[in-house]
Amino acid sequence: MTDAQLADLSNTLLVVAIVTYTLAMFGYAIEFAFGRKGVVAARAAAPAQRKRVLVGAGGPAQDVPVSPAGPVAPSEPAPTAGRAAWFGRFGVLAAVVGALAQLGCLTARGLAAGRVPWGNMYEFVSVACVVGTITWLVVSARRPVRYLGMFVMLPVVLLLGLAGTVLYVDAGPLMPALNSYWLWIHVSTASISVGIFLIGGVLSVLYLLREGYDRRIAAGRPANAPGFPFGVGRHLPAAAGLERMTFRLHAFGFPIWTFAIICGAIWAEAAWSRYWGWDPKETWAFISWVVYAAYLHARATTGWRGPRAAGIAVLGFVTMMINLYVINFAVSGLHSYSGL
Amino acid sequence: MATVTPSEEQEAAVTGLATAPADANEPEDRRAGGGPRRPGDSAWSRAAEAPRRWWRQLTSMRTALVLLFLLALAAVPGSTFPQRSLNQAKVEEYFTQHPDLAPFLDKLSAFDVFASPWFAAIYLLLFVSLVGCLVPRIRVHGRALVKRPPAAPRHLDRLPLSSSAPVAGDPAAIANTARGVLRRGRWRTVVRTEASGAVTVSAEKGYLRETGNLAFHLALVGLLVGIASGSLWGWKASVLVVEGNAFCDTVQAYDSFTPGTRMRDAALPSFCVQLDDFRATYLESGQPENFSAKVKYVQGDRAFTEDPDAGYDLRVNHPLRLNGANVYLINHGYAPMLKYTDRYGTVFEESPAFLPQDSQLTSEGAFVLPDANQNPKSTTRTADVQMAFTGFFLPTAPPSGPPIRSIYPAADDPAVTLVGYRGDTGLNSGIPRSVYSIDQNQVDSGALKSVGSKKLSVGEVWTLDDGSSLQFVGYKEFMTVQVGHDPGEKVVLIAAAFMLVGLVTSLTVRRRRLFVRVTPDGELTAGGLARTDPDRYAEEFRRIVDRIEDTVPPDPKQSELAGEEPASTEGAS
Repeated sequence: MTDAQLADLSNTLLVVAIVTYTLAMFGYAIEFAFGRKGVVAARAAAPAQRKRVLVGAGGPAQDVPVSPAGPVAPSEPAPTAGRAAWFGRFGVLAAVVGALAQLGCLTARGLAAGRVPWGNMYEFVSVACVVGTITWLVVSARRPVRYLGMFVMLPVVLLLGLAGTVLYVDAGPLMPALNSYWLWIHVSTASISVGIFLIGGVLSVLYLLREGYDRRIAAGRPANAPGFPFGVGRHLPAAAGLERMTFRLHAFGFPIWTFAIICGAIWAEAAWSRYWGWDPKETWAFISWVVYAAYLHARATTGWRGPRAAGIAVLGFVTMMINLYVINFAVSGLHSYSGL
Repeated sequence: MATVTPSEEQEAAVTGLATAPADANEPEDRRAGGGPRRPGDSAWSRAAEAPRRWWRQLTSMRTALVLLFLLALAAVPGSTFPQRSLNQAKVEEYFTQHPDLAPFLDKLSAFDVFASPWFAAIYLLLFVSLVGCLVPRIRVHGRALVKRPPAAPRHLDRLPLSSSAPVAGDPAAIANTARGVLRRGRWRTVVRTEASGAVTVSAEKGYLRETGNLAFHLALVGLLVGIASGSLWGWKASVLVVEGNAFCDTVQAYDSFTPGTRMRDAALPSFCVQLDDFRATYLESGQPENFSAKVKYVQGDRAFTEDPDAGYDLRVNHPLRLNGANVYLINHGYAPMLKYTDRYGTVFEESPAFLPQDSQLTSEGAFVLPDANQNPKSTTRTADVQMAFTGFFLPTAPPSGPPIRSIYPAADDPAVTLVGYRGDTGLNSGIPRSVYSIDQNQVDSGALKSVGSKKLSVGEVWTLDDGSSLQFVGYKEFMTVQVGHDPGEKVVLIAAAFMLVGLVTSLTVRRRRLFVRVTPDGELTAGGLARTDPDRYAEEFRRIVDRIEDTVPPDPKQSELAGEEPASTEGAS
């Protein structure tokens, strides 16, 4: 194939990926809405369960293993549960196909441009999305949280769609400053950490919803009206399990992010004569690093554990997004490689 | 961390297992050492109380968290306001755009955020807090490394993980077997005999977690030391070099020179670098593809002719590393070769660098001749006949239309568009000023008068009204290099490596304990607890206990039962 054909193939595969991710999102959403663990089942089970919920949620937070059903596990599966589970499985399949299409998209682009496929902002976001999807597939294969896939696929579809339309640039060679083997290491690890932190951020938000729901129920609010937006909390897994998954993802992502920054510093020394210069991108990488470090510390500090720590994790992802979007577009600096 | 009903024994079993900071696990007043103190013991202790309380407050995790947040927050203005360290010109632009606000912001160090007293205050407090937290933890961990695991709690079944199985034989022998299993798994073990005749094994593993944690935080201190030594004894300079020219490592040779606060000029190493040839290639879109500067260099007190082979291909990402300094290619541009022949026939030939203004390398600059048109036969200077030309160099002039902007960065069809001035350039006033522009004040005051403007292609001559002429001979390219030395760099790199290793270790290794008790009446109970990741420890605990139970001889009575009942897990191996 010629470079032009490869570039075309890459673009086709991008569309395939976005479409299948969207299908995955709908599959997951159907499972969430109609599944045994989902909205319908919960509503059906709610009247009989309400009292138990009040008692259970008021007790001490126990280190129980993840129980996706939460305190509203119905004794009988709702009629649509079986079929809904198939939609969930379809969601997984579609997400796998989408991830493969996206890997193909990146490979074709790399071949077309004759370089690693993370040389501009479009490609960077694309790598982050595929890493996020793969991270999610791994997490949901190990824990019974598949039905939460909708919450993950939604940001992935949005980010990738935005990347494919607004950020898109044609496949091309690199500018001289990027011509270094450090591009392989620094940018890929930075992108991988964005993908992992994305899933970590989503799980933090879900944890906050669930935790807020538990707290409101314990305070005596009715289970079916805990107050916006915590109503969704009752369909989410137990708070402790969500919290632990959140921590694991961040504990996995944080060293990679640290490594990415260190590699960036080594590269900056060779390219710009200094390892650190408070370029806006560097400044925000530092801010994110400090915020995530605060998260890891908060999780071990009395009075900061739980929702406060999770809030810091969400803030960490917000700073990552500011670094990616606001800094690339609004502030000019040495890292202006978006290609736009 | 929720565990089952806390009991005294369990607390004993947990003590020292935590790698979480002390204030998360212990009451505040136990922390700073010295135990609880009553105020009012003596005037001295009362006087000492306040600073101690402050110190405790400063080294507490909560304070550290707040300082971390402040640090992140304090860095934000560093990206929203232009910074002097990054771009002086943008700061000046901000001053002209916001004449009222800028001086006020400047007082708050908004344009030097990372060198500001408040930023320094935050990170220094953070590091004091860190050291204050580290020192006692290092002591505690050092003791833990030589201490034996604690005695087994009385009720192992009350630990988060527990199991029991009947066994037959000498308790001491069985305990030793269990110990063997644990030691093969590299657990630190100790066997104790209790008054009742029961024999216990206490085992602990995962000390590396705290070691990694401390290594990470110590490396942070090392990082700060490295950064500080760089800014104290490092230096950096920049210089623009036109093809054919050279620069030597002296303060005078540089266009800008920033020494570290403790660095003396005498410490500059000695070398010279000459630019022979600069090449840039571009894609059709105008995007640069490659820059390469062929340079020659000599080190020590030598001349270029003595070392003709010391050439180097200086590129972006490929600095020239010399003894005591590195040379980096930072920027490049064009220098038109201009030849002015004044009314007395004196020839002035120069290649002034024109600074790039856009991505197509439309470049702006000036050619100032303060010595032009001086009568060679007279000794008195005439000020108002000096010459100056300012304007643009276009590497590829547009084929039609006004020659204002270059259409391609490579020099395919170079042209200059210049405005000529005659009069007093103001250069003799003694005020140092930019060589890339003329003094606009001189133009405004009428001291410098325009004599017209002209577009010149290569070789073309512009004859002025007084008979003097300007020829656009051709062009050279120039490079801007950054030269510098940072003695803290290696320290920073090593510290960063330790940080990473420490971080990964402290996040992956889990500290956990396992206790086994074998009673004389043939019961083997095991209990385990882990501070972090109890899920994963549950699996490991099960595996180890299974292995212990497999290795020790089972109770014959139970074996018979197992024979009758194949489903029993006891028989499985």
